[in-house]
Amino acid sequence: MRTKTKFLAVPYLLWMTIFIIAPLLFVAYFAFTDSAGNFSFQNIIKLGDYIPVFITSIWLGAVAAFLCLIIAYPVAYFIANTSEKWQKFLIMLIMLPMCMSFLLRTIAWVSLLSDNGIINNTLTAIGLSPLPLIRNNGAVILGMVYNYLPFMIMPLYTVLVKMDSSVINAARDLGANSFQVFRRVILPMSLPGIVTGITMVFVPAVSTFYISRKLGNTSLTMIGDVIESQFKTAYNPNLGAAMSLGLMVLIFICMGIMNRFSKDEEDILL
Amino acid sequence: MKKFNKIFTVLVYIFLYAPILVLIVFSFNSTKSTIDFTGFTLKWYRELFTRPDLLKLLMNTLIIAVIASVVSTVLGTMAAVGISSMKRRSRSMVLTATNIPMTNPDIVTGVSLALLFVFAGTFLRINDVFGFWTLLIAHITFCLPYVILSVLPKIKQMDKNLTDAALDLGCTPTQSFFKIMLPEILPGIISGATMAFTLSLDDFVISYFVYGASFSTLPIEIYSYTKKPMPPTVFVLFTIMFTVIFLLLFFMNMAEYKKSKKKKIDL
Amino acid sequence: MSDVIIQLENISVAFGGTDILKNLNLTIKDKEFVTFLGPSGCGKTTTLRIIGGFVRPDSGAVYFDGYNINDTPPYKRQVNTVFQRYALFPHLNVFENIAFGLRIKKLPEKEIKEKVMQMIERVNLKGFANRKTNNLSGGQQQRVAIARALINNPRVLLLDEPLGALDMKLRKDMQMELKKIQQESNITFIYVTHDQEEALSMSDRVVVMDNGIIQQIGTPQDIYNEPSNAFVADFIGESNILDGIMIEDYMVSIFGQKYKCLDKGFDRYEPVDVVIRPEDIQILDPDKSSLSGVITNVTFKGVHYEIIVDIKGFKWMIQSTEFHRVGEWIGIALLPDLIHVMKKSEYSGQFGDYSSYSEEYDALSDDSEESSDEFSEQEEEL
Repeated sequence: MRTKTKFLAVPYLLWMTIFIIAPLLFVAYFAFTDSAGNFSFQNIIKLGDYIPVFITSIWLGAVAAFLCLIIAYPVAYFIANTSEKWQKFLIMLIMLPMCMSFLLRTIAWVSLLSDNGIINNTLTAIGLSPLPLIRNNGAVILGMVYNYLPFMIMPLYTVLVKMDSSVINAARDLGANSFQVFRRVILPMSLPGIVTGITMVFVPAVSTFYISRKLGNTSLTMIGDVIESQFKTAYNPNLGAAMSLGLMVLIFICMGIMNRFSKDEEDILL
Repeated sequence: MKKFNKIFTVLVYIFLYAPILVLIVFSFNSTKSTIDFTGFTLKWYRELFTRPDLLKLLMNTLIIAVIASVVSTVLGTMAAVGISSMKRRSRSMVLTATNIPMTNPDIVTGVSLALLFVFAGTFLRINDVFGFWTLLIAHITFCLPYVILSVLPKIKQMDKNLTDAALDLGCTPTQSFFKIMLPEILPGIISGATMAFTLSLDDFVISYFVYGASFSTLPIEIYSYTKKPMPPTVFVLFTIMFTVIFLLLFFMNMAEYKKSKKKKIDL
Repeated sequence: MSDVIIQLENISVAFGGTDILKNLNLTIKDKEFVTFLGPSGCGKTTTLRIIGGFVRPDSGAVYFDGYNINDTPPYKRQVNTVFQRYALFPHLNVFENIAFGLRIKKLPEKEIKEKVMQMIERVNLKGFANRKTNNLSGGQQQRVAIARALINNPRVLLLDEPLGALDMKLRKDMQMELKKIQQESNITFIYVTHDQEEALSMSDRVVVMDNGIIQQIGTPQDIYNEPSNAFVADFIGESNILDGIMIEDYMVSIFGQKYKCLDKGFDRYEPVDVVIRPEDIQILDPDKSSLSGVITNVTFKGVHYEIIVDIKGFKWMIQSTEFHRVGEWIGIALLPDLIHVMKKSEYSGQFGDYSSYSEEYDALSDDSEESSDEFSEQEEEL
């Protein structure tokens, strides 16, 4: 009986081969050819020019992921420890922004942060001098944290809410104070959630092009910006593909490093 | 410590909702400014219905989201059932591949699909390949893994003997799937479908690389306002969608909460 | 042979390279209560699932009423199953669970209602018809599972460790009830368990299995009194298993001493395994017996004391109603009709000495067996 149900996956496997695997092969193909279709390393070599772009992107993404973690942890912890009714409601409020247009929400930040935006207008109204809130890396990081914070809160909440309170009581019983309980029990046990959260924030943050364009300095270029322009304006898909390949490799390496910190991640994910 | 957490959480929620509030407030603004609130008006709400272009884009977005979520839910559920009966090695191979679009940055997924479509376009001699079909295929592709990964755990949790019991009591395998397995994994299917629908509704990055002049969606239109000024009708649309989704989620939660409460009393 | 209902012929099954069943042959008579007994992974559940139609044998044939049913899917077999942990449908209430098979057959609503209510009464679940199954106790869920299977009037009911999840007291009650149901319904029951007591108290015949091979088939009395090898002797009840040499018919030598026995048909001087049940050993004054030793452990068990005595390095278990102290020197008597001689087998030497005897150890292995059983049998399917 069971052997037959296996075949239910066939349509999906076909779909996956055509629309997931094959496109990635196209990326690789374009990355290693020139515009005439001849095999060439020129695009890969050209990636060298973009090392500063890679570094900036990784730096901004990493800072955003770290800030998300610092902000999300107390929130997730608080939600996980409220009554069931509140948990449902608070989690719903976390998920709600995820369903709404992130483009518009980012634009809203522009009107909040602009030099004569809502915040600065308020500041001048109460007699303070306006602050340079937009067109800098701080604003980009803020945009990233704002957009991807829910992706950090959700996995953290999931591990924290599943945590058996008797384990924490056992640690107390064995003489650990609140800080030690956190440091030695809660934190290690929530590691899988942390890893998932960081991945879920870092990957979209490092590859964004919209946030950097809307909130960042005009001179700021991120990996996403380069890829986007190669496909949409400069039209050099070979270089764009090479950048994409570089981005994939970069994320693959970052994930590898992250996974070393937590081997149990898959158990939680599945 | 607890008090700190509480205040901190409240601040984070304010942070999350401040921009949303801005958008809602400025949908009622009498001028087009998104910075000064000059007076309350409903005229943009009226204007929305005189803007067939926006309504058409909304329609497009919904059509894609509905078809993509239905197709990916059906395909994904079938796949999950199939995957769960695979041998360990092939199962983990398929799951690794399933994870690719989830861990890959959206921009790479978008670019890679665009390259495939261009190739298919020249191969099949289609002049302008980008449009409805490319968008739909892309949306189904990125929705599928979410459906599979929310259905699969439900199948795993299910007592394997249940389907055997159904066969034992005279069901054909097909009957056993619809009568026993489906009701059991339904929560996973519903959450997968919901996720697929909202992801498709709001997707910009992947759509941006595979849409065409013949068929576009709302997020792409919103992006195009980078150069031209944003009309307040867009905020109106946002406010309406926000309200609808909020109420939907709220009542779904309420219903679920009541159900779980009732269950406890039964025990 | 008209009263044979199920026949398994040369059945072999392997999952992922490991043999689960090796060339199994078995005949089951109509209206019989047969139990497959064995430790986890012995193939008993697989055998049951072959009869149910959930596992296809790699080779061999299954006959039902004389017809080969190898290719008959489960839903076309006149066999129903009570599954491990019941497998009740969680989205249906008690009534609908029991009615399930009848609804599939598309019986008229009135008839379904009548039959289900009758069945509910029969298994003592009156008043529970509209309950959700996950709000029932283990015993009640058990009854629903039995009712759900029985209502389809199967010729054979398969029961896969049905009492495994119940506590001791309830288990005993359900054993009696199951036996009663079998006699009332007058159909064949095939029962799988790893609990030897359950097997002995309910069955007409017991099939003892290990490693995918049938070790012995017989009535509970046969199995207990005349185990065919060291494995059966050890698995069923407690036993002291000693190395012996068959001197001639009706005469066996243990520790160089000759004892009369009731067994024959062995070669002269053939090495054999000798089984002596702990309750069959009489305690004597040390000077009245040729076998004597010192008591190393005494445990009170309620009806009797369990005494471990070290005789020439071999630790015997003796069950006695009289109290003896640790350190006491005692002798033992072995009567001819209480000595059972078995052929040597691959199991010889693995069992029978109580030198590593510890109660905690016993309890532990019992528990883990139950949970690992499920697991391993599930894994087999993958």
